[in-house]
Amino acid sequence: IQEPAKQNMATLKVSSHVPSPSEDAEQLKSAFDDLTFDFCEGWGTNEDLIISILAHRSAEQRKLIRQTYHEACGEDLLKTLDKELTSDFERAILLWTLEPGERDALLANEATKRWTSSNQVLMEVACTRTSTQLLHARQAYHARYKKSIEEDVAHHTTGDFRKLLVSLVSSYRYEGDEVNMTLAKQEAKLIHEKIKDKHYSDEDVIRILSTRSKAQINATFNRYQDEHGEEILKSLEEGDEDDKFLGLLRSTIQCLTRPELYFVDVLRSAINKTGTDEGALTRIVTTRAEIDLKVIGEEYQRRNSIPLEKAITKDTRGDYEKMLVALLGEDDA
Amino acid sequence: MAHTLDLESIVNAFSGKNVGMGVDEKALISTLGNSHKDHRKLFRKASKGFFEEDEERAFEKCHDQFVKHLKLEFSRFNNAVVMWSMHPWERDARVVKKALKKGDECYSLIVEVACTRSSDDLLGARKAYHSLFDQSMEEDIASNIHGSRRKLLVGLVSAYRYEGNKVKDDLAKSDAKILAEAVASPGEKAIENDEVVRILSTRSKLHLQQLYKHFNQIKGSDLLAGVSDSSLLNDALLCLLKPSVYFSKILNASLNKDADKGTKKWLTRVFVTRADHSDEMKEIAEEYNQRYGETLAQNIQEKIRGNYRDFLLTLLSKSN
Repeated sequence: IQEPAKQNMATLKVSSHVPSPSEDAEQLKSAFDDLTFDFCEGWGTNEDLIISILAHRSAEQRKLIRQTYHEACGEDLLKTLDKELTSDFERAILLWTLEPGERDALLANEATKRWTSSNQVLMEVACTRTSTQLLHARQAYHARYKKSIEEDVAHHTTGDFRKLLVSLVSSYRYEGDEVNMTLAKQEAKLIHEKIKDKHYSDEDVIRILSTRSKAQINATFNRYQDEHGEEILKSLEEGDEDDKFLGLLRSTIQCLTRPELYFVDVLRSAINKTGTDEGALTRIVTTRAEIDLKVIGEEYQRRNSIPLEKAITKDTRGDYEKMLVALLGEDDA
Repeated sequence: MAHTLDLESIVNAFSGKNVGMGVDEKALISTLGNSHKDHRKLFRKASKGFFEEDEERAFEKCHDQFVKHLKLEFSRFNNAVVMWSMHPWERDARVVKKALKKGDECYSLIVEVACTRSSDDLLGARKAYHSLFDQSMEEDIASNIHGSRRKLLVGLVSAYRYEGNKVKDDLAKSDAKILAEAVASPGEKAIENDEVVRILSTRSKLHLQQLYKHFNQIKGSDLLAGVSDSSLLNDALLCLLKPSVYFSKILNASLNKDADKGTKKWLTRVFVTRADHSDEMKEIAEEYNQRYGETLAQNIQEKIRGNYRDFLLTLLSKSN
């Protein structure tokens, strides 16, 4: 079940007159067959057509197109895309076309296979999705990889990272708004004591972050700020910069309380790196376009004095750039 | 008023120490229900175990214990029916909540729910928990239990195990080695070993079956022979690998005439929560028969009475 995009936060633009899935599938087929000769890129696929269709369809619509294409052409759309497209652009289309649950499962699986202590993707998937979305990811993981996400995470990570990450991906948080203020006070105090002594991977800290509802966690950290005069993230800044676990902990808290700020940080370092980190850029644009990319974009501009779209177009080119811009809702389609 | 009072029948209709569980409602209706008030006075005077003579005020007072006992025995059928009518997810959520409230001795019930239900049923219980108690099952468990038991229990209830038929034998083998080392280490309790918790709370049941085979080969001893000091860990292993053995042991304990109040309640729980899964119930009954010589049905017939008995036997017959 696809969660309805919060219309005012997503950037995805879908026109009111959407062709039928079979019309779209036809068009896509012709895009692959199109022998337009481009002086720069030679014979090839009509990427513009692909973007103009796929980048302007919702997840449910993309699912139908994929089904119809398969029925009509006898091949999985993604397989065709894999054959016809190249690297960054292909990756963007692949991630975009997958259903959100499958997408998250793929991202999680890749993250476990090449896990390092700087990799925050597992935490990102576990903490920025709703309980239902995370559940879909876990179900898709079973189907695709014939294992559970938690067993793979447990198997590929170690020590404190494992404790935190397994708990985070296994959570099924209560999603109500009820908050227990007494509990928030107690747990804010507990967290304060632990981090004062630099016990970042303390059992109770992990317990609180991985089992409490997001509403409860927010209340706890608000309480923390009231009591101690500074935000939790500020308190955690005083740690060792090279402490990767501390970094993960900070990002976890950020994802649970202000995810858009986390995404802005990741985007900023992805774009400013000499040589853009396309992986992170693609991941964030494709996973948030239907959720809260608008809010992220606004926050990005506020903090960097340049619109997100501009920062992206400065650093990317070709069909990859066009795809991202389309997902940002900034193309002319 | 002509008929004499069949005191023995009446006393037997209520249950007591040697008379099993439940109440023989039919017998009570025909004897006590039919009785004249003078007969009942005779009954009260003669039943010193139930009533106490208050000579000063000239009446026979009911022992508190008797009242409590009766209420419990009368409500067995009641509780079974209420539990049976509930959605399985709600049932399981309530079992876990109750276990948490009761404390230590009941934590094995959490293991039971986490390890013997299918992945989707366990997930369902977690959803029901949100709905019933406005919090997640794992947060409630985590905030009420500490130390190594917390890690194991939170891990077990959070699992969403793969249920397909793919198993990687080499992984099962290496996990078996890890487990073998963990239970061999003197002093250190296996339950505190993070690897043990990882294996038990994330691997699929099929993987664990494969692991079990390898373990027994490596160690030359049975993993299920109670390898750990932790009964919780042993229960988890049994529930994951041989749930019918686990359930038949529990049933046997609950049917024992020396069983305490709490243990007797297990009978209702096992029947009501397993009866919908006729394959499993069948296996449990067969295992019980093999282990204890009598059939489950026979034992219930002998030791339980009234509507409660009839209800249990009906649930049991669903699996045949």
